[in-house]
Amino acid sequence: MPLNLILATRNLFYDRLRFVATMIGIVFSVVLVMVQMGLYLGFGQMVTTVIDHTSTDLWVMRHGTKCFEDPSLLSANKQTRVAAIAGVAETIPLVIGFSGWILPSGEITPVFVVGSDLQTLQPWNVTEGTVQALSAPGAVAVDRSYFERLGVSGIGSKANIRGHNVSVAAVTDGIRSFTTTPYIFSDLSHARTYIGIPSTMASYLLVKLRPGANLDDVRHELQASLPDSEVLTSAEFRERSRLYWLFGTGAGAALFAGAILGIIVGTVIVGQTLYSSTKDHLDEFATLRAMGSSRGYIYSVIIYQALLNAVIGFGLATLIGFAVVRLTMNGALPVLITPTLILAMLVLTMIMCVVSALAAIFRVLRVDPVMVFTR
Amino acid sequence: MNDPIIIAKDINKVLGSGAGQVHALKNVNLSLRGGEVTMLMGPSGSGKTTLLSVLGCMLAPTSGTVQVCGVASEGANAEQLAKLRREHIGFVFQTYHLFPTMSAVENVQLALDVRGLCGRIARAKAHDALEKVGLAHKLCSYPLELSGGEQQRVAIARAIVSDPSAILADEPTGALDGCNGQAIMSILATIAADSDRSVLVVTHDSRLTSFADRIIFIEDGRLVDEQVGNARAPKRRTAALAGH
Repeated sequence: MPLNLILATRNLFYDRLRFVATMIGIVFSVVLVMVQMGLYLGFGQMVTTVIDHTSTDLWVMRHGTKCFEDPSLLSANKQTRVAAIAGVAETIPLVIGFSGWILPSGEITPVFVVGSDLQTLQPWNVTEGTVQALSAPGAVAVDRSYFERLGVSGIGSKANIRGHNVSVAAVTDGIRSFTTTPYIFSDLSHARTYIGIPSTMASYLLVKLRPGANLDDVRHELQASLPDSEVLTSAEFRERSRLYWLFGTGAGAALFAGAILGIIVGTVIVGQTLYSSTKDHLDEFATLRAMGSSRGYIYSVIIYQALLNAVIGFGLATLIGFAVVRLTMNGALPVLITPTLILAMLVLTMIMCVVSALAAIFRVLRVDPVMVFTR
Repeated sequence: MNDPIIIAKDINKVLGSGAGQVHALKNVNLSLRGGEVTMLMGPSGSGKTTLLSVLGCMLAPTSGTVQVCGVASEGANAEQLAKLRREHIGFVFQTYHLFPTMSAVENVQLALDVRGLCGRIARAKAHDALEKVGLAHKLCSYPLELSGGEQQRVAIARAIVSDPSAILADEPTGALDGCNGQAIMSILATIAADSDRSVLVVTHDSRLTSFADRIIFIEDGRLVDEQVGNARAPKRRTAALAGH
């Protein structure tokens, strides 16, 4: 190990109380930023979860639709016009909307109904029952995490939506809504009755292309023939939904603000402790300077100290971050920590700690080697 | 006579400014030659440490020039002065200035590390230097585990490990008892036996003059007297050095 790294390590651990204080600062800061960013990613993924599980090439929607949950409707008659365009293999109407789920106790709880052909968009992670069973009248799929809220216990449980009797025919695991309103999956026609949408209307038209068809060409033609509608790819619709929920509502800005606050707190704490540590070791830095060491050598000791702080603090913070992931895994808004986020956090922590070292470096810049004779 | 290692010409040093200004060195002329122990003596505040700092390229003179191994320090910036120190000078301080978190051998190695020498060779050289000062058995001891005399010996090993041309020692025995002081001076005198190396010792302690080849007296920033030390001959040579 290089001697300047050994010196940095020993200086770091020499004052254990200060080291602990530094670690608390870094860990607090990194965990705060990591959780905020994890929430951002988790939220970003949750708001597009249905889009992600829909196997379609293009989405036709009413012009100005902001997100998947947007209640705007378009005429289902357009299905015929869409189907007539060259390259289109299939057009499937999709309906979505809020409705009231009446528990056996008579209590009403809001639900978000999703209805389609049960092929293009079908509930995923089915743990009990089958998707095919949803085509039966009154059959719905619910997520296990909402059993208590919906007053059901599994397959065969009965309830009522807007006066229509329903029965749980499939149970999913992990399909949670970020709005905390449970998703209810059913077939198209029944979904319309649960939401109260006439059979002439749909929320979206899902367009599947023929093999070999050019997506851009089909999209262009669709757009031309449906001037009051928008035609988006899944990626575009996903991005639009994500941007709306994250930035249109201010949720993303709040998460980012929290993350920036964490960075500032961390930088200040690390900067302060590193500065006081450097001040305590000024004699040593002056001795190094008297021995003829270059400024770069002295900076390397301080930078090593900063990076050691970063790596140790980051390691501890990541462990806490994973604990938070586990704790929120089944919650309404899970924290999502991806490998990219971990790498980004490591780089960010290192940058934060090195920036924090600047104050200490400026202090060392003023070290006069002559001071070794006076102390 | 051996070649001069450090030559100081017409050195003046003014410290502070305004009412607090002090003319710390006045027209100092001095050469430190290889193979010599030069002792610099004088009362407190006479300018000993300031002269040591100027000769050691830690402090730039207000006027005059210092040459170290033929390289003039005039006009050099802080980094260039550091390079001169790194290449030619070793320091020994009164309070040792060892790194408390590093072992004896690591303290010595550090002097090589700042010079870009590391690894096994550096460790072997540090080992040798500690052996020269009689501390081969304390390689892994930390400063707090060593006596004052031992700590100063580590500091000397650190000063000589890079084989500098000049060793400048500021009151190296000031914090030691008489016996340890004599031992330290003995080591420094041995180091100066090498004709390519000069040793300058700043001290108050007249008992140490037996180790000196030359004794230079400084008062009020001027070199006022020079004597041939007991290490060489008992004859006294007095000269008015100031203003040369």
